[in-house]
Amino acid sequence: MNLGSRMVGANTLAQAAFRLREAGIFIALAVAVLFFWARADNFMTVSNWQNIATDVAIVAVLAVGQTMVVLTRNIDLSVGSIVGLTAYISSDTLAKHQGLPLGAVVLIAVAIGLGLGLVNGLLVTVGRIPAIIATIGTLAIYRGLLFEITNGKNVLAFQLPERFLDLAAKKPLGLPTLAWIALVVGVIGAAFLRWSPWGRDFYAVGSNPDAARFAGIPVGRRVMSAFMISGGLAGLAGFMFAARFASVDAVAGTNLEFDAVTAVVIGGVNVFGGSGTVLGAVLGAVLVATIQDGFTLLKLSEFWKIFFNGTAIVVAVTIDALVTQRLQEALRRRRRAEIVAAREQAGATAREREVPT
Amino acid sequence: MNASEPAARTPLVELRGISKTYGGVHAVEDVSFGIAPASTHALVGENGAGKSTLVKILTGVVSPDTGTVLVEGEPRSVGSPSAAHRLGIVAMYQDPTVFEDLTVAENVFAGRYPRRRGLVVDWKAMRREASRLLEEIGADFAPDAPVRGLSVADRQLIEIAKALSSSARLLIMDEPTAALSLQEVDNLFAVVRRLHDRGVSVIFISHRLEEVSEIADTVTILRDGRHVETRPAARLPHAEMIRLMVGRPLDALFPKEEAEIGEAVLRAEGLTRRGVFSDISFEVRRGEIVGLAGFVGSGRTEVARCIFGIDKLDAGRLWIEGRPFTPRSPRAALRRGLAYLPEDRLRQGLVQPMSIERNTSMAVLPEISPAGILRPRRERWLARSFMERLSIKATAPTQVVRSLSGGNQQKVVLSKWLAAQPRILILDEPTHGVDVGTKADVHRTISNLATQGLAILLISSELLEILGMADRVLVIREGRLVGELSREAATQEAIVQAAAGVRAAP
Repeated sequence: MNLGSRMVGANTLAQAAFRLREAGIFIALAVAVLFFWARADNFMTVSNWQNIATDVAIVAVLAVGQTMVVLTRNIDLSVGSIVGLTAYISSDTLAKHQGLPLGAVVLIAVAIGLGLGLVNGLLVTVGRIPAIIATIGTLAIYRGLLFEITNGKNVLAFQLPERFLDLAAKKPLGLPTLAWIALVVGVIGAAFLRWSPWGRDFYAVGSNPDAARFAGIPVGRRVMSAFMISGGLAGLAGFMFAARFASVDAVAGTNLEFDAVTAVVIGGVNVFGGSGTVLGAVLGAVLVATIQDGFTLLKLSEFWKIFFNGTAIVVAVTIDALVTQRLQEALRRRRRAEIVAAREQAGATAREREVPT
Repeated sequence: MNASEPAARTPLVELRGISKTYGGVHAVEDVSFGIAPASTHALVGENGAGKSTLVKILTGVVSPDTGTVLVEGEPRSVGSPSAAHRLGIVAMYQDPTVFEDLTVAENVFAGRYPRRRGLVVDWKAMRREASRLLEEIGADFAPDAPVRGLSVADRQLIEIAKALSSSARLLIMDEPTAALSLQEVDNLFAVVRRLHDRGVSVIFISHRLEEVSEIADTVTILRDGRHVETRPAARLPHAEMIRLMVGRPLDALFPKEEAEIGEAVLRAEGLTRRGVFSDISFEVRRGEIVGLAGFVGSGRTEVARCIFGIDKLDAGRLWIEGRPFTPRSPRAALRRGLAYLPEDRLRQGLVQPMSIERNTSMAVLPEISPAGILRPRRERWLARSFMERLSIKATAPTQVVRSLSGGNQQKVVLSKWLAAQPRILILDEPTHGVDVGTKADVHRTISNLATQGLAILLISSELLEILGMADRVLVIREGRLVGELSREAATQEAIVQAAAGVRAAP
């Protein structure tokens, strides 16, 4: 029996659809680049692209974490506040302890992020609060906490050690350090989702939580871990945020959760869980950052930036829903045709059921 | 088949004196029987007879109050689902266990992915293993296929592959054939027989007695939580089985009353939906029950959906009581006196967390809301009248639908549509998953509605139901009407032959 070849059509169909999804982002990116290149003078310059890369870096790191959470059929809206908190704590710590190794600061930021992510995870898994409500709550709580800690103060650039500010300024091999960090996070995140049993479980949990439970997957622990990864990465993003903007105050990182969710959704991660890739999410982040940058260069008002982000989310989700539906129909049709063909092949040997009684 | 022999061997799994009470009510009481190795053991009984409690005990979901489970003669504790798993006892659930977004191979190994160096998922080994298992059970789809595109039957094969990959020895199949076509049931049974070659036993639960007779070596009958009988299937004719299950004789089933058949109420001509069905013409008369038979997937349900205005027709004309009718929407259809009771009653027919009265009034709210204000008393009266008319067993009209039995839920769906006072009723698998006793009750209700002058189109996969109820049988195959049989000419053979396309029906 030629097991493989029968469903080959269906597989390539499914794979093509996914490739199409990522290709779609590439095309959108290309269109955006061409548009801004034609319209904005400073767009196609090395320094502007380095600028974009730095901008992308923070959102991309958040998007990797958000991908994990969304895959499990949840959402983490608190990441902007976590970024604010950890950014402030990172720079405040460095301002007070000038000699502290940066690695230690990163560890502090990530540890705080993990802790805050744990709180989110507990609320969702143990508290059984829907993620959207739980994390909108912690979004406010964490932000409030930051206001309390800062007490109206700012940490300013001159208070920080040079080597910290250099992080954002330096560009090994032409790529800003922050972008390198994001790249490493992206690669590790993608490998984790592809190759580790733990990462595969995220897909199963998000695709069908009941089934995951039946399959012996510790659903609660997996969801918890996704929130912790998202929190930890938000902590890392907070450190990066401090390095990039140098001056950090109580509103730092506001609305970043929105950018992260936009990136993930545009990148084709299913909002109902179960499918999506880190590559898509990162591409989504690049697309959003590029367009935001272009808008800034064109001196468009804030309205247009926000308007675009909102529209992009709605359009992306609509397209995804349509593609999923079409794909399912196409696959089912194919399968039905196969079954009919098999039946005909088997000959018209209808079985006659015995009639008891 | 030496079905009478297995009892002589040590049973693979044996239940001894199992009892379980829930809040003082005996779910099962002192049940004992053994399951022979490499055999199919059917578990039959009405809903509430204790089948699902036994399944839960065997799979470690609940613990029995008293009694022992023995595996190969040794008393074992099945305290948890994972303990059951270790003993090789696996249940195949209908739907909740597939991951639509993942591939077949991932579904088979979810939670137990083969690893390389204990760390990373070994995709190659996973595909290879899945491919081997699929071949072994004769599945014709590839391990890389996305599950989203597969049929219910395919998904069950995945479940079986999953069970085999965890070296199951006893596979519990709870109503596995409920959503399968005849062909698919055949395939499933072939797989079950193949499982026996591997020494795997199967507990088979089904309301379809023909299937029980066909696949089971041994049958255990339960009634009201008690063990009634365990006997080789070969020595248990249907009549006997039903008598033991319900404790009453066979003629209580299919009580069709003769209705006076009048003029045509629904007439269809050349109904076509491209790629689904074509050129379907028929009529249904006042007081008549017309059976629509055919395999699952032959287009039966699709025809009904188009008539009711859920899907669009590409061609064809319809008349209701002689006047042309264009099915634009379910709302328009309802207004013309056409009601459709969908196949999946739990999903499409009822709002589970709402009360009987709320569900009953759903389609007629404007009628009981003069000046746009709902009159709760009318709503309650409406529900009460239907509870009485269809003898719905419930404590009050305010009882939540979810807490009703399957048959009673089905009657609430019926009430909902009958409240709209339809003249034509389309019933799609009205007794799916309903136990034998309730089935007769639903049949009595349907028959009674026909005597009241309703024109009824009855879609069913169960031949006995069609044969028992229908005045006329239409057979549909691959989207075409291939036969029309009068009540006298309709036999199981004639219908199956027409549905399978063996020979042109007369």
